[in-house]
Formats: sequence, C-alpha cells, structure tokens
Amino acid sequence: MSNIIGSVATSHIPAIGNAIHKGLQKDEYWQPFFDGFPPARAWLHAAKPDVAVVVYNDHGLNFFLDKMPTFAVGAAPVYTSEDEGWGIPTVPPVRGAPELSWAIIEQAVADEFDVTTCQEMLVDHACTVPLQLMWPEGWEGIRIVPIAINTVQHPLPSAKRCLAFGQSIGRAIRAFAQTLNVVVISTGGLSHQLEGERAGFLNPEFDDLCLNALINKPELLTRYSAHEIVELAGSQGAEILNWIVGRGILGGAAREVVRNYHIPISNTAAALQVLEPA
Amino acid sequence: MSAKPIPGTPVFTGAYAMRGYALNKMCYSLNAAANRAAFLADEDGYCAQYGLTPPQRAAIAARNVAQLIEAGGNVYYLAKFAGIFGLNVQDLGAQQTGVSVDEFKAKLKAHAIHNDAVKAGRLANV
Repeated sequence: MSNIIGSVATSHIPAIGNAIHKGLQKDEYWQPFFDGFPPARAWLHAAKPDVAVVVYNDHGLNFFLDKMPTFAVGAAPVYTSEDEGWGIPTVPPVRGAPELSWAIIEQAVADEFDVTTCQEMLVDHACTVPLQLMWPEGWEGIRIVPIAINTVQHPLPSAKRCLAFGQSIGRAIRAFAQTLNVVVISTGGLSHQLEGERAGFLNPEFDDLCLNALINKPELLTRYSAHEIVELAGSQGAEILNWIVGRGILGGAAREVVRNYHIPISNTAAALQVLEPA
Repeated sequence: MSAKPIPGTPVFTGAYAMRGYALNKMCYSLNAAANRAAFLADEDGYCAQYGLTPPQRAAIAARNVAQLIEAGGNVYYLAKFAGIFGLNVQDLGAQQTGVSVDEFKAKLKAHAIHNDAVKAGRLANV
C-alpha cells in the first residue's frame, strides 16, 4: 500500500527553465514567482516523497502529431530531456518507477481508460521545469512516473474524464504492493493564449475559480467542456486539464498548504498550489 | 462536432491538424540543431523536403505567424521555427495582435492588479 502525501501543481513555462539556468530568481521580474516555492519545497521535503507522478502535456518532443495519445503513461527505467528547438538547456536524466507505472496501467485499463504505454519517453520542459522548481539541488533521490495528457490537438479529453482518470491512478497508487510515499506533480496553466488575435488573453477570475474549486470541489470544473475551457482559460489554458487529473489522483478531502499567483510570467498567469489530504 | 467559434482563437482541431501536417512536421524536425542549421543554409531546399503547400511556404518566407496558423501550424511547433530567429512568445503575440512587443507586455502586465486577490482566493466564489 502506497501513500499519496499531497500534490504540487505549478505552471511549467519554458522561460522559467531559462531563468533558473541564468540564476535570475532574485531578479525583479522573477522574484514574485520564485518566492512562492520555498514554502512548497519545505512542505515537500518534510513529506519525504519516494516517487513523483508527474501529469503534464508534451509540446512536440516525445510526441508528434503522427501519433497523438489522449492519455500516455511512461513506464521507462529512466527519462531524459532533449533539445526542444528554441534554446532551453537540457537537464540531467530522472529515474523512473516502472513497477508503479505498470500498476497504474493495469488499474487504468481495468477501469476502461485505454492508455498508451511508453517504455521509452523523452520528457520536455513541462515535466522537467517543475522538477527543477521542486528539487533545485537535483533529483537523485526521487523517481517519477510521467503521465502525458493531450491538451494540444482537439478533441481534448473532457474535464470529467480527466478527473475520473486521476481517480483511477489514485486507486492504483493506494493499492500498490510496495510502501512508497508518492507526491503528485501537476503542471501547466493557468490562463494563457499564444495564438490568434486573442493572443495574450488572461482570465484571473476563472483562474481563481479553478484554484478554489480544486481544493474540495473539483467536480465543479467538470461542467465545462474542453471548448468552454479554451474560451475561459485561453488555448493553452486548457492545461488546467493536467491539474484536474492531478486532483483526481489526490482524491478525497484536501487542505491548501501553499498558493501563489503571479501575472505575467511570459504570456501566462503563473500559479502554484500545494494540497495535502485533509 | 462543431462548437461555437471563439473570437480571435483558432482551435487546433483535426481540420487544422490535417491542413498543417507538412508544416508542423518540418517545424518538429527543428528540434535537432543539425536540422536548424540545414534550414538556415538552404531554406528552399529544406522546405521542399517536407512538401510544404504554397501557402505554408509563403508564410514561412514571410515569417508571418497569423499566416502560419491559418496554414495549419500549431503554435508549439511554430515556436521551434521562431526560435531559430530568437523570437519568443511575446514577439509572436505582438505580431499577431498588431502592437509593439512593449505594448504587448504592458497589456499582459495590466492584469497583475488581480494578483493579490487571486492569491487570497477572493476573486471567485465556488
């Protein structure tokens, strides 16, 4: 039986990776963002996780549009980053937890989520930037199970489906034969839009609604279709689906331990939310 | 299934994914440094390898983001193309909305007045 110690949900904007690389954490532009993380890291280190289940979306590193899974579960012994084309530095490899990956795959398919399994999987900034934020000294002590959600090519999975998928993953973790402390890392969002005449769209009201709902009423978010989420959160704000999966994994009643929110980081309303079981 | 259009918001559906396939595939190839160098050395030849449609080739030549999107480009893949020229998503946003990069950044920053309210969870009741 493994234990889910809580969840950390954070934006994964590539510029964060560049700011870390250049040591800009105390820079005027960046400080309000990075200042959210010391309390989140203090909570994380006290909770001593063995494994992080990382829910994110790939941006054209591991997956191209030739084969685009709706839900993909990494089951590799090690995950590496690679050149993404526009200059974010690569980071050291991170170890996998393939036994837990397969337990998640078994449970998900038993629950009728027909996932794609990946025994080799490159992880992009959406997975690695949150690792850099939470383990700035390095991640030798942690293993991951990356779970990629299609938030890019419509039709996207519904919020309802994402919450249920997360709940299935949560069941798999709790029933897992080994005793592990597992933290959920959900990445992306919040509101932002990169393309079209509405590029630069932000919606703090909807972001706040999402943050408040995610604490103990995540089912409220399942009333929105993926198309409505794009309208309310912006095209790339659809990454809130990753957070909804993550909230499903955590399950049960929760308490908010840390929240930060800062506009703008790049084109994005950047947010951080740490939840633990209530 | 067609949903109500969202003003100013191209939604990357199957129709766009089909139309933009060659363009996105070329942009995806630009993950590799050797391919970026090959593109810069011979743009025409590189585009020809991927069979871009005439509107896609013209949009690449013009470095025009709106045209690239209209030709089926997905912004995550277009970012790899833009990266060759050192352009980031604020540059793309400014170009698509017809303002300077500074004006685009100022527009983003105007929303910062809500930061404290959202941090405290005071903006939306659920």
